[in-house]
Amino acid sequence: MQPTFSSTRILLPVRPWFIFFSLIAATLLNFLPTAHWPGVPDWVALVLCFWSVRESHRVGMGWAFVLGLAMDVADGAVLGQHCFAYVLLAYTSTALSRRLLWFPLGTQALQVLPLLLATQAMQALMRLAAGAEFPGWGYFIGPFVATLLWVPATFILLLPQYRPVEQDPHRPL
Amino acid sequence: MAGIDHAPPPFFKRGPAPLALLTFYIAISLALFVVDLRFNSLELLRQSISLLVDPLQRVAQTPGSLVDYAGQYLQGMRALQQENEELKHAKLTQAPDLQRLAQLEAENGRLRKLLEVKEREQARGQVAQILYTARDPFARRIVVDKGQQAGIVAGQPAIDEAGIVGQVTRVFPFSAEITLITDKDQVVPVQVARSGQRSVVYGLGNGYLELRFMPANADVQVDDILVTSGLDGVFLAGFPVARVVAVERDSAYSFARIVCVPLAGVENFGEVMVLAPRQALPERPPEATARADGPVRKKRRPVRED
Repeated sequence: MQPTFSSTRILLPVRPWFIFFSLIAATLLNFLPTAHWPGVPDWVALVLCFWSVRESHRVGMGWAFVLGLAMDVADGAVLGQHCFAYVLLAYTSTALSRRLLWFPLGTQALQVLPLLLATQAMQALMRLAAGAEFPGWGYFIGPFVATLLWVPATFILLLPQYRPVEQDPHRPL
Repeated sequence: MAGIDHAPPPFFKRGPAPLALLTFYIAISLALFVVDLRFNSLELLRQSISLLVDPLQRVAQTPGSLVDYAGQYLQGMRALQQENEELKHAKLTQAPDLQRLAQLEAENGRLRKLLEVKEREQARGQVAQILYTARDPFARRIVVDKGQQAGIVAGQPAIDEAGIVGQVTRVFPFSAEITLITDKDQVVPVQVARSGQRSVVYGLGNGYLELRFMPANADVQVDDILVTSGLDGVFLAGFPVARVVAVERDSAYSFARIVCVPLAGVENFGEVMVLAPRQALPERPPEATARADGPVRKKRRPVRED
């Protein structure tokens, strides 16, 4: 039997190094030159939101703040822009986590959309208030794509936690 | 919010309450934002964070540059030969001007000395490779591979083979950030090459530039070339900046609306030349004595709106 995200099996406890690895990988994905293509999602926001929902006691506002600082410097944005948005995202997704996990994955994705959209909108508002040019509506396509990616992201990020498929028939659990 | 405002049992140590943490982080973020925007005093913090982030960014750029390299490798002999021919041809066509350039410069220097005018500054600089475009969608900046290690300082102008590209605005240990002239906050003092009229050109943020503060009856035509005027003490005089593409003269406004396109390939990848900082201009005479001495032509200072 293939492990699928829709299975109700019990998950192994998460390994802290995998959380770290996935967040760094998301940062790398954000640094790729593809980040300039329209509709490329903010990978860090997506992974951060995922872990804040799943493992709210491990990944929270502290990680959000640090990653936000890294993104600010890497983007050449104003310091604090990503920090603010990510910290808010981490807080709201932690707050929603107990509720969110009761829903099937598709519905979860729909509920995550406003969070990701708000993250993007918050940054746009901050920069517009500071006198920057409006970057065009293409800037807001990213969160929608990220919403579509919620289901595959859940599958990939939970892969290491699926129990081994071969089970001992004499010791069921 | 069930999980959040639910008070934990006293035997679980869970750190500060989430709401308190949120307030703390939000306060720090907003403070950073305001301080960075208004006072620009966080460059040291930015540089130290960039030391950690920079290796990751370089790693992320490798696949792209490998693809580029492979593309160039496979481009083929024929294309290269053709390009070589064209370059040789271009070199030959420019030869008459270039060969006499040294003599012209010398002659110009002598004449300027005779007229007791300050000598023209030589343009020197170093070539830097563009690493990537900064990801921030609200600004137009590029990052090049030379930084503090190569002696780059903020404020140096950058050019390519066709004209001014931008100006170094931030310097990191191993890279530097160049704000393109099309960025909304970037201003370049220019003069119209044909008529010699001086003004300043502002980036519009959408790839175009606007020549501001020109009276509605100013002598500016479509296809006029704008060159740097050198009045700012940053850009050397005479570098091409932009070409006028549209002039709107509306009698309702006292200024004409003049839109230009940059001459340099500011949105392209490749190499740029970062020019050495200019020698300091002579000290401006104090305002009061300047008026008392007689008619000193007043230089119009570009007014930054923001």
